[in-house]
Amino acid sequence: MSVSVQQDDFDIGAEITALTRGRHQVGALATFTGLVRDMNDGSGVHAMTLEHYPGMTETALEDIVEQARGRWEIDGVRVIHRFGRLMPGDQIVFVAVTSAHRGESFAACEFIMDFLKTRAPFWKREETPQGVRWVDAREADDSAAERWEQGK
Amino acid sequence: MSVKVLYFAALRDAVDCSEEIVELNGAKTLGELRAHLAARGERWAPLAATRNVRMARNQHMAPGDTAVSDGDEIAFFPPVTGG
Repeated sequence: MSVSVQQDDFDIGAEITALTRGRHQVGALATFTGLVRDMNDGSGVHAMTLEHYPGMTETALEDIVEQARGRWEIDGVRVIHRFGRLMPGDQIVFVAVTSAHRGESFAACEFIMDFLKTRAPFWKREETPQGVRWVDAREADDSAAERWEQGK
Repeated sequence: MSVKVLYFAALRDAVDCSEEIVELNGAKTLGELRAHLAARGERWAPLAATRNVRMARNQHMAPGDTAVSDGDEIAFFPPVTGG
């Protein structure tokens, strides 16, 4: 169960323990956690709702993890992405990768996040003082994913 | 010959529809199906905005030249913004 798409919050410590317990071949653990910010594009954000495409979301994330496994010698991978209504400071996404040495973990963790940003079917809707608005995709996210296509 | 079509996020709001069953009516690819759906009147025009619409066939992102067949689950949605 390396991928979870859920409404509930998650416990980073427990996830790390589950990924590393008894895995003494692992010498490196890299993690990324995404949080809801209270500001975006110049407006205050007092809540955010994440919509997703049930079924496809899980498949897309599993496919991204498989691609990472094909590129780097990694031991364990854990991806959690939440959906539903979230408040500033809430955790949105968690990616953890373990490997023998740090290079593989760092690279695979960043690769998974970059691909998730452009390939996994999630959409953010923000509640701001000016009203509710869908978040536009950022070109910087496309560029971040594309640089992995160009053979690094 | 029909397919289930799903719409998500801002695109769903724009066309005011989350799901429908549509006849393929000779459409052989995702792109043809999309053009046929977008041509149904002003309400469906947002589907034609190429830059802002992504497509999936049976829960995998797919380009416009992807073949569609009876019983497929097709989805149209804006560029994704998760993470």
